[in-house]
Amino acid sequence: MDAVSVEGVWKYFGDFPALRDVTIRAERGSCLALIGRNGAGKTTLLRILAGLSSPAKGRISVFGGGAREQSTRRKIGYLGHGIGIYDELSAFENLRLFAKLYGVTDAPGRAKTWLERVGLGHVHEGLPREFSRGMRQRLAVARAFLHEPDLMILDEPFTALDDRAIAVLQEILKRAMSDGRTVIMSTHQLREALELATDVALINRGKLAFAGKRSQAMLDDSGWLYRNYGEA
Amino acid sequence: MRERILYILAAVALALFLWNLQTIFKVLPDEANQGPIYRIVYFHVPSIFTGFTLFFVALVSSIGYLWTKDLRWDGVAAGATEVGLAFASVVLVTGMIWARIIWGIWWTWDARLTSMLICWLLYAGYLMLRRAVDEPAQRARLSAALSIFAFADVIVVWKSIEWFRTQHPQPVLSIRNGGGMAPGMEAPIYLNYLVMLILSAILVILRLRQENIKREIDALRRFAHAL
Amino acid sequence: MNFLRNSLSIAGKDLRSELRGKETINASLSFALVILLLFSFAFDPGSDLVRDISGGLLWLVYAFSSALILNRSFARELPNDCLDALLASPVSGAELFFGKSLANFTLLLGVEIVCLPVFGIFYDVRWAQRPGLLFLVLVLGTWVLTVIGTMFSALTVNLRLRELMLPALVYPMIIPAMMGAIQLTTVLVSGQPIGKDNQFWFKVLIGMDIIFTLLGIALADVVLVG
Repeated sequence: MDAVSVEGVWKYFGDFPALRDVTIRAERGSCLALIGRNGAGKTTLLRILAGLSSPAKGRISVFGGGAREQSTRRKIGYLGHGIGIYDELSAFENLRLFAKLYGVTDAPGRAKTWLERVGLGHVHEGLPREFSRGMRQRLAVARAFLHEPDLMILDEPFTALDDRAIAVLQEILKRAMSDGRTVIMSTHQLREALELATDVALINRGKLAFAGKRSQAMLDDSGWLYRNYGEA
Repeated sequence: MRERILYILAAVALALFLWNLQTIFKVLPDEANQGPIYRIVYFHVPSIFTGFTLFFVALVSSIGYLWTKDLRWDGVAAGATEVGLAFASVVLVTGMIWARIIWGIWWTWDARLTSMLICWLLYAGYLMLRRAVDEPAQRARLSAALSIFAFADVIVVWKSIEWFRTQHPQPVLSIRNGGGMAPGMEAPIYLNYLVMLILSAILVILRLRQENIKREIDALRRFAHAL
Repeated sequence: MNFLRNSLSIAGKDLRSELRGKETINASLSFALVILLLFSFAFDPGSDLVRDISGGLLWLVYAFSSALILNRSFARELPNDCLDALLASPVSGAELFFGKSLANFTLLLGVEIVCLPVFGIFYDVRWAQRPGLLFLVLVLGTWVLTVIGTMFSALTVNLRLRELMLPALVYPMIIPAMMGAIQLTTVLVSGQPIGKDNQFWFKVLIGMDIIFTLLGIALADVVLVG
């Protein structure tokens, strides 16, 4: 069974077609890099996969179930543009809350583990509003993935991260993939993403312009995709 | 074809209405206690019936939209609420005119008038909400939810205010005079109700047609954007 | 059981958040006290008239000052896209709604209870003559205000004119409950027994509590997810 299956999906915002007849698949254990310019529809597609939005037409299937079902959402971890962290609660309290909501058995323990893992163990009682941007991003990563989801969805995760945060994220993603989890991430930063990706898809003005395996050509030349498939 | 049906309906409604007017003004005698002004009941009461029928239609259409996600249901809900609100306004205005003539005051916190005012506010809120949301699917979804809440409230409002006001002696708008209207005098109420229903159906259909055209234009615009 | 557990997690989070900063509850309480003060200029405090309108006075104060707390309920999820994080989690819209209702109810009740002695002092009214029943009325009336207010907080969270639309939508809808709460409060503050007439109002309050809680739970997902 595919991890994710998207068939004939359309999404409108008022008049504007954000997604036009998008059909794409992601196999279990793969890492799909979703590439495209700003406004191409990457975020829209990822939000639909995360269950935050429903398509106007078409079907979505995540591990065989609908994206909105509670049992499916337990297996999904979503890191969007916003960090999804409460500034008034401590780093530890934030993680513990989400661990509880995702049904993790030992929520406080898991929260502590992940705080260490993203390098925030020393500030677990600190308030996120006092953290640096990189620290907030790292906390967001912990919040999104501490329940060890089978599908990890990330929307432009490498944007505005400092090196430490990038390293942390790459480590988490590599470990996830070796555990057989599936990753879908949208990105501008082609290099970081393509290093990890097994599959690549290009979205251009709401339409899927290219979908296939990552190739050496793409790795060698970051403009290859856009030159050959962009502005369709 | 549709056009022709609408015209025929309009003609029928007009004919019935004129017949009814003739009955109301020419044939029936003045009412014993109230004098000529009692005839306002022939517009006041059917408007209440019509208003509530339309609010009920809005409820059903709202549920229909949530069930099917088809925006045509949303069009019906919006149209029905708009026309319903118009009739609710008629109820309030005719009630106020009657109160002014009979008791010399424009407004009285009578059970029915107060309930109608609250209903008016609830559904005016519905229209206000629709104006605040631009995106069609979101607008349909949120207003459907509001319509369901509003109707549940309408039921509670009418039951509880009736009780409240009957406990506190106030001039009561007993237009039906305790239900004891002479037989010939009641028929025009129901006939006017029929007229108003036909009129409402026509208005809602027109409104629905307007919505459909708007959606077609939207779709064409979308198509143009996508090119 | 999961429903209750998730709802309580959400309620706990909201309360912890609010009690740490106390911004909204302070604003709401200040607003309530100011209204109480302003009203005292409209009537002659200490007169019999005040006893007759005590219910109306108190519930007007409660209704107005609640707007701040109710508005903030879902608005607090907007910074950092926390609402998205919650909706993407296994928590259902209904659990989110119910949890927030529990938190809002606690905050509203807190404000109301603080207002009572202040009311008693400003208006020279001995309000605590039937404390048990009075508390019951507070609970029943506040729950209606809470569920309707929380639902519309969710409905209006993404709208431009949120602060304006929330009161405009909520106040007409809560009128029957307000009427009941006002009647019963006036009777209880005056120390009179609850007559048979007024027992009807308990039915209205309980009825509205049940109907709107169920409606809220049923429609929460519809309202929150696009």
